[in-house]
Amino acid sequence: MVQRVALRVPSDVDCIEEAVAVLTRHCLSGAEASPRVQFRLQVALSDALANAIVRGNREDAGKQVYVQVDLHPEAVNIHVTDEGDGFDHASVAEVLDPASLDLPSGRGLFLIRHLVDDVHFNTQGNSICMTLRRQ
Amino acid sequence: MGLSDAKSASGVMIVRVDGQLVVGNRNELKEHLQRLLEKGERRFLIDFAQTGYIDSSGLGALVALARKVREEGGDLRLSGLNEDLRSLFELTKLDTLFAISDTPDQALATF
Repeated sequence: MVQRVALRVPSDVDCIEEAVAVLTRHCLSGAEASPRVQFRLQVALSDALANAIVRGNREDAGKQVYVQVDLHPEAVNIHVTDEGDGFDHASVAEVLDPASLDLPSGRGLFLIRHLVDDVHFNTQGNSICMTLRRQ
Repeated sequence: MGLSDAKSASGVMIVRVDGQLVVGNRNELKEHLQRLLEKGERRFLIDFAQTGYIDSSGLGALVALARKVREEGGDLRLSGLNEDLRSLFELTKLDTLFAISDTPDQALATF
């Protein structure tokens, strides 16, 4: 049986840390997840929410970020959807450019791709689905 | 996130990060080090022994701080990263940009 949890997050980066804490508790409830899985989940959630709030909703207080978590026995699927126009995720390189090593941004999607087990986007590009095995 | 300072006997400013270093609070760390730079501090050790997780914005803040400190003729090094935190630096190749030690004592010996 799949359990579903939904959360609306304001477009305020100050809300991200608490949202990550709440979502992590739900995602790992009833499972003996390793500290490593918890760590990966926290970083991926933080970056997905930051992308949605900053790049998607452009920190517009009138917009929300919608998070839906589907808890399966072995894995969690996390959908993070913003109200922005979307972006072409394929345009974001899957490897980091060594020449950009000392730039302060551009690592978010790269980290997400490496920390979770699977990543998908919707056609519009305003919703990311991350799958993470619980163990 | 909480920040606390201590100055080593050799004059290195040790800044401890307690909690998460993320998009919502990264500017606190940047402003904190900026104030220390303005007071004349040039050698910094940021210790993450009490840090839970760091997101990409937190990593970016460290990159920006390292550049700023270098521009001021200083040195910024890191310590106390657990295995998970260190993996973030390895994934993003930032382990090649920062001098990282296991403990503050080991880091202080490298200044």
